Amino acid sequence: MLDDFINQFWPSTIDGLALGAIYALLALGYTMVYGVLRLINFAHADIFMVGTFAALWTARSMGVSDVGGFALIGVVVLMAVVAGTVAGGGAMLLEATAYRPLRKKGASRLAALISAIGASIFIQQLMGTVGVRWIFGTSKEGGKLDVNEHFKDLSNVVDTGGIVIRNDQLIIFVGAVLMMVALDQFVNRTRLGRGIRSTAQDPETAVLMGVNIDRVVSATFLVGGIMAGVAAALYFLRFETTNYFVGFLLGIKAFTAAVLGGIGNIRGALAGGFTLGLLEMYGSSIFGSQWRDVVAFTLLILVLMFRPTGILGESLQRARA
Amino acid sequence: MYDIPGPRLTDSSNRESASGHDSYPILSWIRMERLGTLRRNKMRITGAVVMGVTLALSAVACGGDDDGGSGGGGDEVTIGFMGDLTGENSGLVIPPKQGAQLAIEQYNATNPKVKIKFKTYDSQGKAEQATPLAQGAVKDDKIVGLIGPAFSGESESVGPILEEAKVPSVSPSATSITLAEKGWKYWHRVVADDAVQSDGAANFLVNSVKAKKLYLVSDNQAYGKGLTDAIAKAAGGKGAQTQTDAVDDKATDYSSTVNKINQFKPDAVYFGGYYAVAGRLFKQLREGGYKGKMMSGDGSLAAGLIEGAGQENAQGALLSCGCLIDAEGKTNEKAKKFATDYKTKFGSEVAIYSTEGYDAATAFIEAVKAGHTEPEAINNFLKTLNAQGVGKPIKFDDKGELAAQDIFIYEVKGNTIPLLGNSNEAKVS
Repeated sequence: MLDDFINQFWPSTIDGLALGAIYALLALGYTMVYGVLRLINFAHADIFMVGTFAALWTARSMGVSDVGGFALIGVVVLMAVVAGTVAGGGAMLLEATAYRPLRKKGASRLAALISAIGASIFIQQLMGTVGVRWIFGTSKEGGKLDVNEHFKDLSNVVDTGGIVIRNDQLIIFVGAVLMMVALDQFVNRTRLGRGIRSTAQDPETAVLMGVNIDRVVSATFLVGGIMAGVAAALYFLRFETTNYFVGFLLGIKAFTAAVLGGIGNIRGALAGGFTLGLLEMYGSSIFGSQWRDVVAFTLLILVLMFRPTGILGESLQRARA
Repeated sequence: MYDIPGPRLTDSSNRESASGHDSYPILSWIRMERLGTLRRNKMRITGAVVMGVTLALSAVACGGDDDGGSGGGGDEVTIGFMGDLTGENSGLVIPPKQGAQLAIEQYNATNPKVKIKFKTYDSQGKAEQATPLAQGAVKDDKIVGLIGPAFSGESESVGPILEEAKVPSVSPSATSITLAEKGWKYWHRVVADDAVQSDGAANFLVNSVKAKKLYLVSDNQAYGKGLTDAIAKAAGGKGAQTQTDAVDDKATDYSSTVNKINQFKPDAVYFGGYYAVAGRLFKQLREGGYKGKMMSGDGSLAAGLIEGAGQENAQGALLSCGCLIDAEGKTNEKAKKFATDYKTKFGSEVAIYSTEGYDAATAFIEAVKAGHTEPEAINNFLKTLNAQGVGKPIKFDDKGELAAQDIFIYEVKGNTIPLLGNSNEAKVS
């Protein structure tokens, strides 16, 4: 068991980081919305799902196959732009239709939670029934639920015998880290970012200081959606397949990552995402892949027992301070 | 030992509610902790609309019935077909449905005294959906026989209902070993079970592929796990070294399994489960640098495997199945004629279990031809039936198992999966 861990250490680490990067990007959306609205946006995973379809559509309409090297980076950037736009727009639309009316009416937060679940089911079913057929013209007959588009040409960027890093893994990791740095800078340095932080800290005072809450909330959803879209493009680069319920499991994992790192805390989401990705891989190398989720969730429980607010603590501003 | 960390959690969430008052309507939900202040009126309407649309969409997603057969007056009996027609694994069930439909349409076209109405029940492969459908089929539609259910899990829950109603069933594709051990008198199948398949696959892997090290991956579901466990046992008994792992059928990332396989360096990997997962696994195996043979079972024998893995990655993948897909008539002449008719009618090549669907329908047609129109009589007739189907001889033993027990091996070539041969004699290229 332990020698399995040692033998598979490097491949597990690399796969864990690539997977963790996607979890982290997705966790950012959960954590930011929670930070600002104290709402778990369950439909976030479905925004991600829409993003994967946008990435797929991009790859398919370019009609490329076997792209490698710098051309692959170009394709991925384009996919990320399209998916980020679609997912970001989708998230804003979601906020405007599913949450804002409730917020304006002063409905309870639980009502918004139900609305989130409803929106999640709605988006999934819409994509499953008409979306896929409308975009790609594929019929469900014949069980074509998984839509695939194979476009990448794999090569090893690093190969030292023990450590092998493929080009797609490198792009995912670097791309995700770039997005995270950009987000961190956005939240910490821009005017809108300051608005987001102040709303998270104390919404009433923020309003008194002239922060436009509606704009802040919209911006939060937009940024979260863009992150989900980029995550979707990177996910699609890795797996080259998607379906309308792809967000479900990933959403749970990303939400877990957000809680693990401390929900509401941006850097916590990053820490949680990478921790979860690595733990899953190390756990499976030791106990077997069927124990993957058990290992991850047992650790989550242990962390929450001793640090109920997660690794880096709750709240949006604390990690910054 | 430890307290549930409830108090501490509530603590942190109460922190911001301490000062909570609805001074700003926009902020009310950020602050509001009290429940029950939900304001009704417009919201209720929007809610209802969204809910309604959602429900309608889910209903569409679940699909309805479509009748393949012709109505027509005079004497008519109804034969049902049950299986996953719109769900994730419908690629395995549409072909047998079409096979059965073809058989019944051909029969009705001969203007027989008693016509057969063909009615489909879409269970999406789920036991909880299959049960009420089966009850409706028996009570409301008064079916005299059922082709299916297609999968083993749903068969387990539908079996007792048919047993009680005394309605015979012939499954084209349920291969779980336990089904024949229930002592059901009205249950039959026209395919060899997983015990036979695992023996055939293990034989083939050890003798023909000459695998000394074998890695078995399952999706941890009843069918996949049963199959890989049995192969591990059979291959182990023949001196092969085996290791196992399981993947989550709802997940997409199988890199931990790939890493384990790369460490073990097996001659062959066998996956037990359905094609969607097999496609993803085979793709990630090849991408992860695995060079050995890849093989799977009947659940993965579908074009979706090649599509999911990518044509390049899927090349040379082997599949074992109790089903016969024989478009060229390698095994018998009737198979070729069936393949031609099938293609004319549906515009696609014969696929997995289409032969078995046709044969299952043939069993019922023979019964109706012999003048039996009551479920009980049809069931008695099935016990004595001995006919040549388009795949195999249709003859059941007293448990309802098919007497002929062949396993066939298929190999991915280009974007097709042609027959390689019977598992005892097939040779890998």
